[in-house]
Amino acid sequence: MKGNEAIAEAAIQAGCRHYFGYPITPQTEIAAYMAKRMPKIGGTFLQAESEIAAINMVYGVSSAGKRVMTSSSSPGISLKSEGLSYLAGSDLPALVVNAQRGGPGLGGIQPSQSDYFQATRGGGHGDYHMIVLAPSSVQEMADLTIKGFELADQYRMTAMVLADGTIGQMMEPVSFDFEIKEQIAKPWATTGTKMARKHNVVNSLYLNPEQLEKTNFERYERYEVIKQNETLCEEYLCDDADIIIAAFGIAARVSKNAVNEARANGIKAGLIRPITLWPFPEKVFAKHAEHAKQIISVELSMGQMIEDVRLATSCKVPVTLCCRVGGMIPTPDQVYNAIVEANEKGGK
Amino acid sequence: MTKEYLFAGFGGQGLLFSGKVLAYKGLIENKNVSWLPSYGPEMRGGTANCSVILSDDPVGAPIVLTPDVLVAMNNPSLDKYENAVRSGGVILVDSSLIERKVNRDDVSVYYVPATKLASDEGAPTLANMILMGKLLTVLGDYNEETVNKALEKCISARHADMKELNRKMMEIGKNYTE
Repeated sequence: MKGNEAIAEAAIQAGCRHYFGYPITPQTEIAAYMAKRMPKIGGTFLQAESEIAAINMVYGVSSAGKRVMTSSSSPGISLKSEGLSYLAGSDLPALVVNAQRGGPGLGGIQPSQSDYFQATRGGGHGDYHMIVLAPSSVQEMADLTIKGFELADQYRMTAMVLADGTIGQMMEPVSFDFEIKEQIAKPWATTGTKMARKHNVVNSLYLNPEQLEKTNFERYERYEVIKQNETLCEEYLCDDADIIIAAFGIAARVSKNAVNEARANGIKAGLIRPITLWPFPEKVFAKHAEHAKQIISVELSMGQMIEDVRLATSCKVPVTLCCRVGGMIPTPDQVYNAIVEANEKGGK
Repeated sequence: MTKEYLFAGFGGQGLLFSGKVLAYKGLIENKNVSWLPSYGPEMRGGTANCSVILSDDPVGAPIVLTPDVLVAMNNPSLDKYENAVRSGGVILVDSSLIERKVNRDDVSVYYVPATKLASDEGAPTLANMILMGKLLTVLGDYNEETVNKALEKCISARHADMKELNRKMMEIGKNYTE
Protein backbone atom coordinates (compact mmCIF):
# COMPACT_ATOMS: atom_id res chain seq x y z
CA MET A 1 0.00 0.00 0.00
CA LYS A 2 1.18 3.55 -0.72
CA GLY A 3 2.03 5.79 2.22
CA ASN A 4 -0.72 8.23 1.31
CA GLU A 5 -3.29 5.43 1.17
CA ALA A 6 -2.09 4.16 4.55
CA ILE A 7 -2.89 7.57 6.03
CA ALA A 8 -6.37 7.54 4.53
CA GLU A 9 -7.19 4.00 5.68
CA ALA A 10 -5.82 4.68 9.17
CA ALA A 11 -7.95 7.82 9.42
CA ILE A 12 -11.05 5.83 8.57
CA GLN A 13 -10.15 3.19 11.14
CA ALA A 14 -9.64 5.95 13.70
CA GLY A 15 -13.26 6.93 13.19
CA CYS A 16 -12.76 9.92 10.92
CA ARG A 17 -15.83 10.25 8.74
CA HIS A 18 -15.24 13.72 7.34
CA TYR A 19 -12.56 14.61 4.82
CA PHE A 20 -12.24 17.91 3.02
CA GLY A 21 -9.48 18.50 0.53
CA TYR A 22 -8.24 19.94 -2.69
CA PRO A 23 -5.99 17.97 -5.03
CA ILE A 24 -2.25 18.63 -5.15
CA THR A 25 0.71 16.40 -5.97
CA PRO A 26 2.15 14.46 -4.16
CA GLN A 27 -0.72 13.73 -1.76
CA THR A 28 -3.71 13.27 -4.08
CA GLU A 29 -3.94 9.54 -3.29
CA ILE A 30 -5.35 10.51 0.11
CA ALA A 31 -8.23 12.40 -1.47
CA ALA A 32 -8.73 9.66 -4.07
CA TYR A 33 -8.90 6.97 -1.39
CA MET A 34 -11.34 9.02 0.68
CA ALA A 35 -13.51 9.72 -2.37
CA LYS A 36 -13.82 6.00 -2.94
CA ARG A 37 -14.34 4.89 0.67
CA MET A 38 -16.26 7.63 2.49
CA PRO A 39 -19.56 7.29 0.59
CA LYS A 40 -19.57 3.54 1.32
CA ILE A 41 -19.30 3.99 5.09
CA GLY A 42 -21.67 6.89 5.53
CA GLY A 43 -18.91 9.49 5.66
CA THR A 44 -18.36 12.76 3.86
CA PHE A 45 -15.79 13.31 1.15
CA LEU A 46 -15.83 16.78 -0.26
CA GLN A 47 -13.49 18.31 -2.79
CA ALA A 48 -13.70 21.95 -1.82
CA GLU A 49 -13.30 24.90 -4.17
CA SER A 50 -9.95 25.73 -2.59
CA GLU A 51 -7.59 24.77 0.21
CA ILE A 52 -8.88 27.68 2.29
CA ALA A 53 -12.45 26.46 1.97
CA ALA A 54 -11.38 22.93 2.93
CA ILE A 55 -9.65 23.96 6.15
CA ASN A 56 -12.65 26.07 7.17
CA MET A 57 -14.93 23.10 6.58
CA VAL A 58 -12.61 21.22 8.94
CA TYR A 59 -13.16 24.01 11.46
CA GLY A 60 -16.90 23.57 11.16
CA VAL A 61 -16.98 19.81 11.62
CA SER A 62 -14.49 19.97 14.47
CA SER A 63 -16.69 22.51 16.24
CA ALA A 64 -19.46 19.95 16.10
CA GLY A 65 -17.19 17.46 17.88
CA LYS A 66 -16.44 15.02 15.07
CA ARG A 67 -13.08 13.66 13.97
CA VAL A 68 -12.11 15.44 10.77
CA MET A 69 -9.11 15.88 8.54
CA THR A 70 -7.66 17.57 5.52
CA SER A 71 -4.49 17.00 3.57
CA SER A 72 -2.36 18.92 1.15
CA SER A 73 1.20 19.57 0.06
CA SER A 74 3.41 22.55 0.76
CA PRO A 75 1.83 25.39 -1.30
CA GLY A 76 -1.61 24.18 -0.21
CA ILE A 77 -0.60 24.19 3.45
CA SER A 78 0.44 27.84 3.11
CA LEU A 79 -3.10 28.55 1.95
CA LYS A 80 -4.52 26.63 4.90
CA SER A 81 -2.38 28.48 7.41
CA GLU A 82 -5.01 31.06 8.22
CA GLY A 83 -7.38 28.24 9.14
CA LEU A 84 -4.70 26.52 11.22
CA SER A 85 -4.36 29.66 13.29
CA TYR A 86 -8.14 29.90 13.75
CA LEU A 87 -8.30 26.24 14.81
CA ALA A 88 -5.61 26.93 17.40
CA GLY A 89 -7.35 30.09 18.60
CA SER A 90 -10.56 28.15 19.06
CA ASP A 91 -8.85 25.11 20.64
CA LEU A 92 -10.26 22.75 18.03
CA PRO A 93 -8.84 19.29 17.34
CA ALA A 94 -8.06 18.37 13.74
CA LEU A 95 -5.68 16.24 11.74
CA VAL A 96 -3.80 17.90 8.88
CA VAL A 97 -1.42 16.07 6.57
CA ASN A 98 1.37 17.78 4.68
CA ALA A 99 3.13 15.60 2.11
CA GLN A 100 5.90 18.11 1.53
CA ARG A 101 7.29 19.03 -1.87
CA GLY A 102 10.13 21.32 -2.88
CA GLY A 103 9.65 25.06 -2.48
CA PRO A 104 9.43 27.99 -2.07
CA GLY A 105 6.53 29.13 -4.22
CA LEU A 106 5.04 26.42 -6.38
CA GLY A 107 8.46 24.80 -6.25
CA GLY A 108 8.37 21.29 -7.68
CA ILE A 109 6.54 18.05 -7.13
CA GLN A 110 9.45 16.03 -5.75
CA PRO A 111 9.94 15.35 -2.02
CA SER A 112 11.24 17.88 0.46
CA GLN A 113 11.39 18.67 4.18
CA SER A 114 11.54 22.41 3.82
CA ASP A 115 8.27 23.08 5.66
CA TYR A 116 9.87 22.17 9.00
CA PHE A 117 9.87 25.76 10.27
CA GLN A 118 6.31 26.33 9.10
CA ALA A 119 5.03 23.18 10.80
CA THR A 120 6.94 23.33 14.08
CA ARG A 121 6.31 27.05 14.55
CA GLY A 122 2.60 26.71 13.88
CA GLY A 123 2.26 27.99 10.33
CA GLY A 124 -0.18 30.82 10.78
CA HIS A 125 -0.17 33.97 12.89
CA GLY A 126 -0.32 34.19 16.65
CA ASP A 127 1.17 32.29 19.58
CA TYR A 128 0.49 28.61 19.05
CA HIS A 129 1.88 25.22 18.16
CA MET A 130 0.67 22.11 16.43
CA ILE A 131 1.73 18.62 17.42
CA VAL A 132 3.94 17.62 14.50
CA LEU A 133 4.43 13.93 13.73
CA ALA A 134 7.07 12.78 11.24
CA PRO A 135 6.63 9.25 9.83
CA SER A 136 9.55 7.50 8.14
CA SER A 137 7.79 4.39 6.86
CA VAL A 138 4.43 3.48 5.40
CA GLN A 139 3.59 1.69 8.65
CA GLU A 140 4.26 4.88 10.59
CA MET A 141 2.06 6.83 8.20
CA ALA A 142 -0.78 4.69 9.53
CA ASP A 143 0.36 4.56 13.17
CA LEU A 144 0.96 8.30 13.49
CA THR A 145 -2.31 9.18 11.80
CA ILE A 146 -4.19 7.31 14.50
CA LYS A 147 -1.98 8.80 17.19
CA GLY A 148 -2.52 12.24 15.68
CA PHE A 149 -6.30 11.96 16.03
CA GLU A 150 -5.98 10.82 19.63
CA LEU A 151 -3.57 13.58 20.63
CA ALA A 152 -5.61 16.21 18.81
CA ASP A 153 -8.73 15.25 20.74
CA GLN A 154 -6.92 14.91 24.05
CA TYR A 155 -5.24 18.33 23.90
CA ARG A 156 -7.81 20.12 21.71
CA MET A 157 -5.37 21.19 19.05
CA THR A 158 -4.25 20.42 15.52
CA ALA A 159 -1.95 17.47 14.95
CA MET A 160 -0.01 17.58 11.70
CA VAL A 161 1.43 14.53 9.99
CA LEU A 162 4.49 16.02 8.31
CA ALA A 163 5.32 13.53 5.61
CA ASP A 164 7.09 14.02 2.33
CA GLY A 165 6.55 13.02 -1.28
CA THR A 166 8.72 9.93 -0.95
CA ILE A 167 6.96 8.28 1.97
CA GLY A 168 3.62 9.34 0.48
CA GLN A 169 4.34 7.74 -2.88
CA MET A 170 6.25 4.66 -1.83
CA MET A 171 4.67 1.27 -1.21
CA GLU A 172 5.59 -0.97 1.70
CA PRO A 173 3.71 -3.62 3.58
CA VAL A 174 1.52 -2.17 6.31
CA SER A 175 -0.49 -3.82 9.06
CA PHE A 176 -3.78 -2.41 10.31
CA ASP A 177 -3.92 -4.59 13.34
CA PHE A 178 -4.71 -1.77 15.77
CA GLU A 179 -6.65 -1.46 18.91
CA ILE A 180 -8.51 1.79 18.39
CA LYS A 181 -9.23 3.58 21.66
CA GLU A 182 -12.72 4.86 22.27
CA GLN A 183 -13.04 8.54 21.38
CA ILE A 184 -13.11 10.87 24.36
CA ALA A 185 -16.18 12.94 25.14
CA LYS A 186 -16.28 16.51 23.84
CA PRO A 187 -18.60 18.42 26.17
CA TRP A 188 -17.48 21.71 24.57
CA ALA A 189 -18.80 20.79 21.11
CA THR A 190 -21.65 22.70 19.50
CA THR A 191 -24.04 19.80 19.17
CA GLY A 192 -27.29 21.60 19.95
CA THR A 193 -28.42 22.47 23.46
CA LYS A 194 -31.81 20.76 23.20
CA MET A 195 -32.76 23.51 25.69
CA ALA A 196 -31.04 21.41 28.36
CA ARG A 197 -27.72 23.20 28.76
CA LYS A 198 -26.06 26.54 28.20
CA HIS A 199 -24.78 27.37 24.73
CA ASN A 200 -21.30 26.20 23.83
CA VAL A 201 -19.33 28.85 21.99
CA VAL A 202 -16.44 28.07 19.65
CA ASN A 203 -14.62 31.24 18.76
CA SER A 204 -11.14 32.71 18.37
CA LEU A 205 -12.07 36.36 18.82
CA TYR A 206 -11.34 37.88 22.24
CA LEU A 207 -11.59 41.66 22.22
CA ASN A 208 -10.79 41.86 25.91
CA PRO A 209 -6.97 41.69 26.10
CA GLU A 210 -6.96 40.30 29.64
CA GLN A 211 -9.13 37.43 28.56
CA LEU A 212 -7.07 36.81 25.42
CA GLU A 213 -3.90 36.78 27.48
CA LYS A 214 -5.47 34.23 29.79
CA THR A 215 -6.35 31.88 26.92
CA ASN A 216 -2.78 32.11 25.64
CA PHE A 217 -1.30 31.37 29.05
CA GLU A 218 -3.62 28.40 29.46
CA ARG A 219 -2.72 27.08 26.04
CA TYR A 220 0.98 27.24 26.83
CA GLU A 221 0.46 25.40 30.13
CA ARG A 222 -1.10 22.64 28.06
CA TYR A 223 1.90 22.73 25.73
CA GLU A 224 4.18 22.10 28.70
CA VAL A 225 2.22 18.95 29.57
CA ILE A 226 2.57 17.80 25.96
CA LYS A 227 6.32 18.40 26.03
CA GLN A 228 6.56 16.27 29.17
CA ASN A 229 4.36 13.41 28.05
CA GLU A 230 4.21 13.14 24.30
CA THR A 231 7.72 13.58 22.95
CA LEU A 232 8.76 10.65 20.77
CA CYS A 233 12.00 9.70 19.10
CA GLU A 234 14.03 6.72 18.00
CA GLU A 235 17.61 6.40 19.24
CA TYR A 236 19.65 4.09 17.04
CA LEU A 237 23.12 3.02 18.21
CA CYS A 238 23.55 6.30 20.09
CA ASP A 239 24.84 5.18 23.47
CA ASP A 240 28.53 5.00 22.55
CA ALA A 241 28.35 7.14 19.41
CA ASP A 242 31.01 9.70 18.53
CA ILE A 243 29.16 10.98 15.50
CA ILE A 244 25.39 11.34 15.73
CA ILE A 245 23.07 11.96 12.82
CA ALA A 246 19.90 13.94 13.44
CA ALA A 247 17.32 13.16 10.79
CA PHE A 248 13.59 12.55 10.42
CA GLY A 249 11.32 11.04 7.79
CA ILE A 250 12.94 9.92 4.56
CA ALA A 251 16.27 11.52 5.55
CA ALA A 252 16.41 9.19 8.55
CA ARG A 253 15.98 6.12 6.32
CA VAL A 254 18.88 7.22 4.15
CA SER A 255 20.94 8.06 7.25
CA LYS A 256 20.36 4.68 8.85
CA ASN A 257 22.04 3.01 5.87
CA ALA A 258 24.98 5.39 6.30
CA VAL A 259 25.19 4.72 10.04
CA ASN A 260 25.26 0.96 9.41
CA GLU A 261 27.98 1.46 6.80
CA ALA A 262 30.00 3.56 9.26
CA ARG A 263 29.64 0.97 12.02
CA ALA A 264 30.77 -1.74 9.58
CA ASN A 265 33.91 0.35 9.03
CA GLY A 266 34.62 0.84 12.71
CA ILE A 267 33.22 4.35 13.14
CA LYS A 268 30.98 4.81 16.15
CA ALA A 269 28.01 6.46 14.47
CA GLY A 270 24.42 6.71 15.69
CA LEU A 271 21.10 8.22 14.70
CA ILE A 272 18.53 10.24 16.59
CA ARG A 273 15.27 10.27 14.69
CA PRO A 274 12.69 12.66 16.10
CA ILE A 275 9.20 11.23 15.60
CA THR A 276 7.55 14.27 17.13
CA LEU A 277 9.12 17.41 15.66
CA TRP A 278 7.03 19.50 18.01
CA PRO A 279 7.51 18.75 20.83
CA PHE A 280 11.17 18.29 19.88
CA PRO A 281 13.11 15.55 21.73
CA GLU A 282 15.37 18.08 23.42
CA LYS A 283 16.34 15.89 26.35
CA VAL A 284 17.58 13.08 24.16
CA PHE A 285 19.78 15.46 22.21
CA ALA A 286 21.06 17.07 25.41
CA LYS A 287 21.94 13.64 26.80
CA HIS A 288 23.94 12.54 23.78
CA ALA A 289 25.62 15.94 23.36
CA GLU A 290 27.61 14.98 26.46
CA HIS A 291 29.54 12.26 24.65
CA ALA A 292 29.17 12.92 20.92
CA LYS A 293 32.01 14.64 19.10
CA GLN A 294 29.80 16.01 16.39
CA ILE A 295 26.16 16.01 15.34
CA ILE A 296 25.25 16.08 11.67
CA SER A 297 21.75 17.24 10.78
CA VAL A 298 20.67 15.50 7.59
CA GLU A 299 17.77 17.34 6.00
CA LEU A 300 15.95 17.88 2.73
CA SER A 301 16.08 21.59 3.45
CA MET A 302 18.73 24.29 3.70
CA GLY A 303 18.97 23.57 7.42
CA GLN A 304 15.84 24.07 9.52
CA MET A 305 15.80 21.33 12.15
CA ILE A 306 19.48 22.10 12.72
CA GLU A 307 18.39 25.17 14.71
CA ASP A 308 16.41 23.01 17.13
CA VAL A 309 19.33 20.61 17.43
CA ARG A 310 21.63 23.51 18.34
CA LEU A 311 19.12 24.84 20.88
CA ALA A 312 18.62 21.42 22.42
CA THR A 313 22.35 20.80 22.77
CA SER A 314 23.09 24.37 23.95
CA CYS A 315 25.81 24.38 21.27
CA LYS A 316 27.93 22.07 23.46
CA VAL A 317 28.90 20.08 20.41
CA PRO A 318 29.47 21.20 16.81
CA VAL A 319 26.37 20.69 14.66
CA THR A 320 26.85 20.60 10.90
CA LEU A 321 24.46 20.26 7.99
CA CYS A 322 24.30 17.63 5.27
CA CYS A 323 21.50 18.38 2.83
CA ARG A 324 19.94 18.15 -0.60
CA VAL A 325 17.02 20.37 -1.58
CA GLY A 326 14.53 21.16 -4.30
CA GLY A 327 13.29 17.57 -4.59
CA MET A 328 16.71 15.93 -4.46
CA ILE A 329 17.45 13.34 -1.77
CA PRO A 330 20.84 12.79 -0.12
CA THR A 331 22.40 9.42 -0.89
CA PRO A 332 23.62 7.05 1.82
CA ASP A 333 27.14 7.63 0.41
CA GLN A 334 26.84 11.38 0.86
CA VAL A 335 25.82 10.93 4.49
CA TYR A 336 28.49 8.30 5.03
CA ASN A 337 31.17 10.65 3.67
CA ALA A 338 29.94 13.37 6.03
CA ILE A 339 30.28 10.91 8.92
CA VAL A 340 33.82 9.94 7.88
CA GLU A 341 34.83 13.58 7.54
CA ALA A 342 33.35 14.46 10.94
CA ASN A 343 35.08 11.47 12.52
CA GLU A 344 38.46 12.50 11.10
CA LYS A 345 38.11 16.11 12.15
CA GLY A 346 37.17 14.99 15.61
CA GLY A 347 34.70 17.77 16.47
CA LYS A 348 34.92 18.90 20.05
CA MET B 1 20.39 -10.68 1.12
CA THR B 2 19.22 -7.50 -0.56
CA LYS B 3 18.52 -7.01 -4.24
CA GLU B 4 17.85 -3.62 -5.77
CA TYR B 5 15.92 -3.19 -9.00
CA LEU B 6 15.46 -0.14 -11.20
CA PHE B 7 12.86 0.01 -13.97
CA ALA B 8 13.31 3.02 -16.25
CA GLY B 9 11.72 4.37 -19.41
CA PHE B 10 8.92 6.60 -20.65
CA GLY B 11 5.72 7.23 -18.73
CA GLY B 12 2.98 4.90 -19.98
CA GLN B 13 5.21 1.89 -20.61
CA GLY B 14 4.03 0.20 -17.45
CA LEU B 15 7.29 0.38 -15.53
CA LEU B 16 5.61 1.27 -12.28
CA PHE B 17 3.30 -1.67 -12.78
CA SER B 18 6.23 -4.02 -13.41
CA GLY B 19 7.79 -2.87 -10.18
CA LYS B 20 4.53 -3.40 -8.36
CA VAL B 21 4.24 -6.99 -9.57
CA LEU B 22 7.81 -7.65 -8.48
CA ALA B 23 7.23 -6.05 -5.07
CA TYR B 24 4.05 -8.06 -4.46
CA LYS B 25 5.80 -11.23 -5.56
CA GLY B 26 8.49 -10.47 -2.99
CA LEU B 27 5.90 -9.76 -0.32
CA ILE B 28 4.15 -13.06 -1.03
CA GLU B 29 7.55 -14.74 -0.70
CA ASN B 30 7.91 -13.19 2.78
CA LYS B 31 10.59 -10.67 1.88
CA ASN B 32 10.88 -7.11 3.11
CA VAL B 33 9.96 -4.90 0.18
CA SER B 34 9.79 -1.28 -0.88
CA TRP B 35 8.47 0.28 -4.09
CA LEU B 36 9.15 3.89 -4.95
CA PRO B 37 8.02 5.64 -8.13
CA SER B 38 9.59 8.72 -9.64
CA TYR B 39 7.91 10.47 -12.52
CA GLY B 40 7.01 13.83 -13.94
CA PRO B 41 3.57 15.42 -14.04
CA GLU B 42 2.67 13.79 -17.40
CA MET B 43 0.26 10.85 -17.60
CA ARG B 44 2.13 9.55 -20.69
CA GLY B 45 5.56 10.46 -22.03
CA GLY B 46 8.18 12.13 -19.88
CA THR B 47 10.53 9.92 -17.93
CA ALA B 48 9.38 7.44 -15.35
CA ASN B 49 11.29 5.09 -13.17
CA CYS B 50 10.60 2.86 -10.27
CA SER B 51 12.87 1.57 -7.49
CA VAL B 52 12.11 -1.81 -5.96
CA ILE B 53 14.07 -3.37 -3.12
CA LEU B 54 13.61 -6.97 -1.97
CA SER B 55 15.49 -7.93 1.14
CA ASP B 56 15.73 -10.39 3.99
CA ASP B 57 16.34 -7.42 6.32
CA PRO B 58 14.25 -4.28 6.88
CA VAL B 59 14.67 -1.90 3.95
CA GLY B 60 16.55 1.33 4.71
CA ALA B 61 16.70 4.01 2.04
CA PRO B 62 14.09 3.10 -0.59
CA ILE B 63 15.83 4.91 -3.45
CA VAL B 64 17.83 2.67 -5.76
CA LEU B 65 20.99 4.43 -6.95
CA THR B 66 23.22 1.45 -7.72
CA PRO B 67 20.86 -1.25 -8.97
CA ASP B 68 21.66 -4.94 -9.13
CA VAL B 69 19.14 -5.11 -11.93
CA LEU B 70 18.28 -2.45 -14.52
CA VAL B 71 15.37 -2.76 -16.92
CA ALA B 72 15.72 -0.03 -19.57
CA MET B 73 12.90 0.77 -21.97
CA ASN B 74 14.29 3.82 -23.71
CA ASN B 75 17.60 5.36 -24.77
CA PRO B 76 17.80 8.15 -22.19
CA SER B 77 17.28 5.63 -19.37
CA LEU B 78 20.05 3.36 -20.59
CA ASP B 79 22.37 6.38 -21.03
CA LYS B 80 21.54 7.60 -17.55
CA TYR B 81 21.70 4.39 -15.54
CA GLU B 82 24.01 2.05 -17.48
CA ASN B 83 27.06 2.98 -15.43
CA ALA B 84 25.20 2.91 -12.13
CA VAL B 85 24.54 -0.84 -12.29
CA ARG B 86 26.63 -2.85 -9.84
CA SER B 87 29.42 -4.96 -11.26
CA GLY B 88 28.08 -8.46 -11.73
CA GLY B 89 24.55 -7.10 -12.13
CA VAL B 90 21.97 -7.56 -14.86
CA ILE B 91 20.78 -5.17 -17.56
CA LEU B 92 17.66 -5.94 -19.56
CA VAL B 93 17.15 -3.88 -22.70
CA ASP B 94 14.05 -3.46 -24.84
CA SER B 95 15.95 -3.80 -28.10
CA SER B 96 13.03 -2.71 -30.26
CA LEU B 97 13.32 0.76 -28.71
CA ILE B 98 17.03 0.89 -27.91
CA GLU B 99 19.28 0.26 -30.90
CA ARG B 100 22.66 0.59 -29.28
CA LYS B 101 24.46 -2.08 -27.28
CA VAL B 102 25.42 -1.85 -23.64
CA ASN B 103 29.02 -0.72 -23.23
CA ARG B 104 29.92 -2.74 -20.15
CA ASP B 105 31.48 -6.17 -19.95
CA ASP B 106 31.16 -6.72 -16.19
CA VAL B 107 27.39 -7.18 -16.22
CA SER B 108 25.04 -9.71 -17.84
CA VAL B 109 23.06 -8.08 -20.63
CA TYR B 110 19.91 -9.39 -22.26
CA TYR B 111 18.35 -7.86 -25.37
CA VAL B 112 14.65 -8.52 -25.84
CA PRO B 113 12.65 -6.80 -28.62
CA ALA B 114 9.79 -6.61 -26.15
CA THR B 115 7.75 -3.86 -27.74
CA LYS B 116 7.86 -5.62 -31.11
CA LEU B 117 6.95 -9.00 -29.61
CA ALA B 118 4.08 -7.39 -27.71
CA SER B 119 2.84 -5.59 -30.83
CA ASP B 120 2.88 -8.90 -32.72
CA GLU B 121 0.48 -10.18 -30.08
CA GLY B 122 -1.71 -7.11 -30.52
CA ALA B 123 -0.83 -5.75 -27.08
CA PRO B 124 1.97 -3.19 -27.56
CA THR B 125 1.42 -1.77 -24.07
CA LEU B 126 2.37 -5.06 -22.42
CA ALA B 127 6.04 -5.06 -23.48
CA ASN B 128 6.77 -4.48 -19.79
CA MET B 129 5.42 -7.92 -18.89
CA ILE B 130 7.49 -9.64 -21.58
CA LEU B 131 10.56 -8.05 -20.02
CA MET B 132 9.35 -9.13 -16.58
CA GLY B 133 9.00 -12.74 -17.74
CA LYS B 134 12.51 -12.68 -19.18
CA LEU B 135 13.92 -10.95 -16.11
CA LEU B 136 12.58 -13.46 -13.62
CA THR B 137 13.79 -16.30 -15.85
CA VAL B 138 17.38 -15.06 -16.12
CA LEU B 139 17.42 -14.43 -12.38
CA GLY B 140 16.21 -17.99 -11.78
CA ASP B 141 13.32 -16.49 -9.92
CA TYR B 142 10.30 -17.40 -12.06
CA ASN B 143 7.93 -18.99 -9.58
CA GLU B 144 4.59 -19.65 -11.35
CA GLU B 145 2.63 -19.67 -8.14
CA THR B 146 3.87 -16.42 -6.63
CA VAL B 147 3.88 -14.69 -10.01
CA ASN B 148 0.22 -15.56 -10.47
CA LYS B 149 -0.65 -14.44 -6.96
CA ALA B 150 1.17 -11.15 -7.54
CA LEU B 151 -0.75 -10.57 -10.77
CA GLU B 152 -3.99 -11.26 -8.91
CA LYS B 153 -3.02 -8.55 -6.42
CA CYS B 154 -1.93 -5.99 -8.98
CA ILE B 155 -4.72 -6.22 -11.54
CA SER B 156 -7.95 -4.70 -10.29
CA ALA B 157 -11.31 -6.43 -10.63
CA ARG B 158 -12.25 -3.90 -13.29
CA HIS B 159 -9.45 -5.19 -15.50
CA ALA B 160 -9.79 -8.86 -14.55
CA ASP B 161 -9.92 -9.79 -18.23
CA MET B 162 -6.32 -8.56 -18.55
CA LYS B 163 -4.90 -11.11 -16.14
CA GLU B 164 -4.65 -13.90 -18.68
CA LEU B 165 -3.03 -11.60 -21.25
CA ASN B 166 -0.44 -10.41 -18.72
CA ARG B 167 0.34 -13.99 -17.85
CA LYS B 168 0.68 -14.88 -21.52
CA MET B 169 3.08 -11.99 -22.09
CA MET B 170 5.23 -13.13 -19.20
CA GLU B 171 5.33 -16.61 -20.75
CA ILE B 172 6.50 -15.11 -24.04
CA GLY B 173 9.29 -13.32 -22.19
CA LYS B 174 10.17 -16.46 -20.30
CA ASN B 175 10.53 -18.50 -23.49
CA TYR B 176 12.28 -15.86 -25.59
CA THR B 177 15.86 -16.58 -26.58
CA GLU B 178 18.08 -14.25 -28.55
